[in-house]
Amino acid sequence: MEHYNMNLTLKIWRQKNKQSAGSLETYQVKDISSEMSFLEMFDVLNEQLIVAGDDPIAFDHDCREGICGQCSMHIDGRAHGPWTNNTTCQLHMRAFKDGDTIVVEPWRSKAFPVIKDLMVDRSSFDRIIQAGGYISVNTGNAVDANSLPIDKKDADNAFMAAACIGCGACVATCVNSSAMLFVSAKVAQLAQLPQGQPERESRVLNMVAQMDKENFGNCTNTYACEAECPKGISVSNIARLNREYLSAGLSTEQ
Amino acid sequence: MSFDSKIPAGEMNEKWNDYKGHVKLVNPANKRKLEVIVVGTGLAGASAAASLGEMGYKVKAFCFQDSPRRAHSIAAQGGINAAKNYQNDGDSVFRLFYDTVKGGDYRAREANVHRLAEVSNAIIDQCVAQGVPFAREYGGLLSNRSFGGTQVQRTFYAAGQTGQQLLLGAYSALERQIALGTVEMYSRHEMLDVVMIDEKARGIIARNLVTGELEKHFGHAVLLCTGGYGNVFYLSTNAMGSNVTAAWKAHKKGAFFGNPCFTQIHPTCIPVSGEYQSKLTLMSESLRNDGRIWVPKQKDEKRKAVDIPEEERDYYLERRYPAFGNLVPRDVASRAAKERCDEGYGVGTTKLAVYLDFKDAILRYGKIELGKQGNTTASQEEIIKAGKAVVEEKYGNLFEMYEKITGENPYEMPMRIFPAVHYTMGGLWVDYELQTTVKGLYALGEANFSDHGANRLGASALMQGLADGYFVIPYTLGNYLADEIRTPAIPTSHPAFAETEKAVSDRINTLMNIRGKQTVESFHKRLGKIMWDKCGMARNEKGLREAITEIQALKKEFWSDVRIPGEINNMNPELDKAGRVADFIELGELMCKDALERRESCGGHFREESQTEDGEAKRDDENFSFVSAWEYKGESNWQLNKEPLEFEIVKPTQRSYK
Ligand SMILES: Cc1cc2nc3c(=O)[nH]c(=O)nc-3n(C[C@H](O)[C@H](O)[C@H](O)COP(=O)(O)OP(=O)(O)OC[C@H]3O[C@@H](n4cnc5c(N)ncnc54)[C@H](O)[C@@H]3O)c2cc1C
Ligand code: SF4
Ligand code: FES
Repeated sequence: MEHYNMNLTLKIWRQKNKQSAGSLETYQVKDISSEMSFLEMFDVLNEQLIVAGDDPIAFDHDCREGICGQCSMHIDGRAHGPWTNNTTCQLHMRAFKDGDTIVVEPWRSKAFPVIKDLMVDRSSFDRIIQAGGYISVNTGNAVDANSLPIDKKDADNAFMAAACIGCGACVATCVNSSAMLFVSAKVAQLAQLPQGQPERESRVLNMVAQMDKENFGNCTNTYACEAECPKGISVSNIARLNREYLSAGLSTEQ
Repeated sequence: MSFDSKIPAGEMNEKWNDYKGHVKLVNPANKRKLEVIVVGTGLAGASAAASLGEMGYKVKAFCFQDSPRRAHSIAAQGGINAAKNYQNDGDSVFRLFYDTVKGGDYRAREANVHRLAEVSNAIIDQCVAQGVPFAREYGGLLSNRSFGGTQVQRTFYAAGQTGQQLLLGAYSALERQIALGTVEMYSRHEMLDVVMIDEKARGIIARNLVTGELEKHFGHAVLLCTGGYGNVFYLSTNAMGSNVTAAWKAHKKGAFFGNPCFTQIHPTCIPVSGEYQSKLTLMSESLRNDGRIWVPKQKDEKRKAVDIPEEERDYYLERRYPAFGNLVPRDVASRAAKERCDEGYGVGTTKLAVYLDFKDAILRYGKIELGKQGNTTASQEEIIKAGKAVVEEKYGNLFEMYEKITGENPYEMPMRIFPAVHYTMGGLWVDYELQTTVKGLYALGEANFSDHGANRLGASALMQGLADGYFVIPYTLGNYLADEIRTPAIPTSHPAFAETEKAVSDRINTLMNIRGKQTVESFHKRLGKIMWDKCGMARNEKGLREAITEIQALKKEFWSDVRIPGEINNMNPELDKAGRVADFIELGELMCKDALERRESCGGHFREESQTEDGEAKRDDENFSFVSAWEYKGESNWQLNKEPLEFEIVKPTQRSYK
């Protein structure tokens, strides 16, 4: 891989706290290597700000390898930036060239209020899981793992849905701020496993009810979420959720 | 101070059963009155908090991330061990126990390791019941793979995302308890001290990381499930926030620190590319199942890897260790890579890397796959295509991760890898019940000095974290709490809370008032460099002595010249980081001291003065068959206590993987 250095102009959302209004501020960074990650470029900028006596930019991150789901930047109008199937922390500077201007904003959704700068509050996702994103099995209740064979296809599909990292990019990218992709991924994972059958109906009803309570918008099938999801969670999960929801609704009405 | 490992009497394979049969119980009505604080919601913390909540205790759980689902455990890739013997390849509880004691180079406590092996099977059952989507075979049954240091296939996995799936399982159990009201969750909170009343741990002081407020929380017992301290090296495979603060505060309140110098350097990580590097990325050990490690036979090789013919490649692990080949334990593989690079055979721009090559695996799998379809006349191209598909199914996400970071396609050219700090076997010293030397204060998961001796085998940390949380602490905590049923919840107006809170707040004020010139990050980097150079893959007396002096000087400089922007009573990530780095600096000194005192090589601890003729680690059982349990005595002052290790079953021999 050829390496190169670049100078960049950054326009970054600054907001002191939940209550205050924010605005885009402009910063310059120099000699950024194409081998750096996007967040390492932010590290360089923050070091620069601290030395200059300014307040560094607050942003969420932890694993920096695309799995914890904590990083969350809206970069040049795209959740997690220009690469597909990618988190912010995995974006590398070779995606940019010398002289570029990059605009960085937080996730935007009523259900994800900004805490500071680029950090948002995603606890609504936890509350949706609390509403039913589990199988009720206390420690010690389990039977031998192989007493429950699962068709490899079902197991693989459940795994693909379970790959969701709960980052919220789907919500951030949706014109309606819908959380359907996130919710459907969990519903689909558990609905495809035999262990998930006993609570199948109550799970989907309760999770959807909680989602509505949290101020997420409705899904109008634009599929923008799938395009921006770093883990390739498929919108076919949404279709499954709708089927599950419908049949659960029917059977509870009876 | 009490210092008793409390290993139950009796036969090794009866100890845990016996213990469980005789342990004190708390009745359901009393459980509701007993409050337990769980700090950390990784595999250890989430499984403990959920299980204790299910049992009826009143639990408060804390984590510094924005959600318990994001604990560092999420990043574990390769798998989790259990002695199921589903593959019928001769595995058993005894063999898992034996491999772990041997793999740890005979520096772990046998009774704990045996218990770990015993409960391993129940973990897999529990996780499957929760809906954890482990990999399966076509018949619908669970699939296994092998990991370093063993000759059986006992590792359960979910592609390269095993930690994520296990944690999401534990997290969902935790969220269920939160919904049921048995667990109260405090995210974006950092524990900054333990509150002691009458020589018992009775609560914590935590900082709300959003508002900056200090909070007081009471618990009849406090469980630290706060992970490992690999980030003392600055660069490691750990998440950015992983830190030692909780364990370190406990240490300063009287909890002994066990084997601090035992660090695991993982052989297969993506090499450092530049000064700005903020962390290192692991390429799971499972890749060594199928990837072959090599360097060119010629020094300073200029050709591309794919242009180097077979006979000019040195598969040095297969050459040196024919019995285990590429699957030798991590410490052995790491040192072998370092040796080749030190000798000038390293590859890549920095020459600090070796190749991990999938060419042969792709061909092998391709042939098998096409063979299954009855295609025996396939072209080389077809074989490669089919082989790539198999490799993608097994390791797809890892290959993708590699490509994103390096910009190179590992299906086409070998990965470049180099060892990196990965895991800390050392941690808070605990007895058989996972209790530290402070009454009522427990340590679980990577935070304790644990069951891995001087070297952890792959896929054993996930097992240990979940064993501690699901199957050990629910019993052992009751043994303590049964005597606490007469202690009503102590209100946080008790002076001990105010005193501890003041000490925490004073320290924060001191830090903020330094107003120096150098950033927290720059200190952390310098500490990391000292640790990596002098307390890393190879250690010697001279280097360690120098390191101690350098760290003491660094500490002085930190406390007089660090610059922390922002405010105390607000969100302030730099302040959080400063507190963590200050603790890392103190820990670094203790690690060097421990490494200096342990004048033998064992597992990941390689003292250059103690090696065999062919450069393998040489243990000294006569003088060092003990756990170092360090007692804090004041600034830069520790007393070494020794827990002798007795091996009833697995008699120590020089480890050989040849
Ligand atoms: C990249 C990588 C891959 C790995 N792969 C494997 C593998 O394949 N198999 C295997 O067995 N092991 C693996 N390991 C090791 C294993 O993942 C860890 O040892 C294990 O997950 C640690 O779990 P834990 O619960 O002890 O701690 P963690 O998961 O680290 O959790 C620590 C928790 O403590 C909290 N915390 C810490 N300090 C504080 C504080 N002061 N206040 C409040 N909360 C605090 C954090 O918020 C977090 O919730 C891997 C490790 C890494 C780095
Ligand atoms: S569905 Fe995709 S975008 Fe949405 S939270 Fe999950 S991983 Fe993120
Ligand atoms: S920091 Fe963990 S996914 Fe980006």
